[in-house]
Amino acid sequence: MNLNRLWEYANPKKFIETTDRVLPAVSVLAVLCLVVGLAWGFFFTPDDYRQGSTVKIIYIHVPSALMAINAWLMMLVTSLVWIVRRHHVSALAARAAAPVGMVMTVIALLTGAIWGQPMWGTWWAWDPRLTSFLILFLFYLGYIALWEAIENDDTAADLTSILCLVGSVFALLSRYAVNFWNQGLHQGASLSLDKEENVADVFYYPLLVAIAGFVLLFVALVLLRTRTEIRARRMRALLARERMG
Amino acid sequence: MIALLLRDLRLAMRAGGGFGLGLAFFLIVVTLVPFGVGPQGGLLATIAPGILWLGALLACLLSLDRILALDWEDGSLDLLATAPLPMEAVVSVKALAHWLTTGLPLVLATPVFGLLLSLPSKGYAPLLLSLLLGTPALSVIGTFGAALTVGLKRGGLLLSLLVLPLYVPTLIFGAEMARRGVDGLDYSTPLLMVAGITCGTIALLPFASAAVLRVNLR
Repeated sequence: MNLNRLWEYANPKKFIETTDRVLPAVSVLAVLCLVVGLAWGFFFTPDDYRQGSTVKIIYIHVPSALMAINAWLMMLVTSLVWIVRRHHVSALAARAAAPVGMVMTVIALLTGAIWGQPMWGTWWAWDPRLTSFLILFLFYLGYIALWEAIENDDTAADLTSILCLVGSVFALLSRYAVNFWNQGLHQGASLSLDKEENVADVFYYPLLVAIAGFVLLFVALVLLRTRTEIRARRMRALLARERMG
Repeated sequence: MIALLLRDLRLAMRAGGGFGLGLAFFLIVVTLVPFGVGPQGGLLATIAPGILWLGALLACLLSLDRILALDWEDGSLDLLATAPLPMEAVVSVKALAHWLTTGLPLVLATPVFGLLLSLPSKGYAPLLLSLLLGTPALSVIGTFGAALTVGLKRGGLLLSLLVLPLYVPTLIFGAEMARRGVDGLDYSTPLLMVAGITCGTIALLPFASAAVLRVNLR
């Protein structure tokens, strides 16, 4: 496929036309995957022999944590695209993704706390993973606040994208700094591509479906929010033109 | 560059420049801590490195909006932007001036404040060293934050929200180094990390600050 065709979607009109066709399918798929994955996970998997039924929160906790990080990565990519090629859709997509990513971070923190209470005996521990997620939440907060604070759209897009780049470096740095700062209580990664042992298969397959559901949900929400932003901006432009005329 | 540095220093020293405000704030924080946690010497000694680092960080934060806001208001920032001096140099000088008027006095005053918090004597050298190495990074990162929010009417709170997460790594390694020093442990790893963060931010962050400032001056 010719990569140059990808930039066609940077045209807002083309973007809206395409998402008109794509969005319903993505939304339906997201709901389907979420329902199947969560129902399968909650009702048709056995209890863990040590954790009992609390293990089932994994079907919300792991996907949301995954998306919290990937949302920031997506913002990083779209910010770069904005800085290099100055496509407005790209900046708007970054703006649209931030609150979704922040909510995912909160969900991961909350479900982790709910699971930690019976299992670790505490709602919160200053474990590296927990701490870096809290810091990630603060980064989301600052990023969104900066978007909200600046009136001029292009200035806001420029400043937030640079903040996103700088923030990514410091977020990574913080991740390793907190590792150095305190010993971990959190278990290792539940799944990775290069590891022999993952979670047992009974938990693994519904988890994969749930993750697919969260990814699709994220894509659907970001597309929807980006469309809303594009239309809001177009409406502002039309209103301004009317006032002038 | 030197002229700009001298100008900034002179402005900060003179009346209304706020020189010494950071120090006074630092003193107040250190005074308030024993009221909050109780006057036991042992407890104070354990938390002294963290308190001193936090106090220095907050005092630094307090004076950040002064770095660029005044120059923005009276238009001298526009003049600097059209001057032959590159923007990167301008923000570097601004950060240096901020460190000389805020960071350095804090470092120099730390031994006295350490005394107030009954810091063990072997903790002084690593604490001073960590602050000396770490506070330049605080000034440089703070200049980036100040450049981000310079055009905003009420940027103060937003500035803290943006800058504090960026301070996390510096604070972790700096305070860890001071803590290890107090406990008599080897502190070369956090020392290298603090030094690395400071060198990295001094080398790279002015480019981001200058880019942001150019956007804001557009």
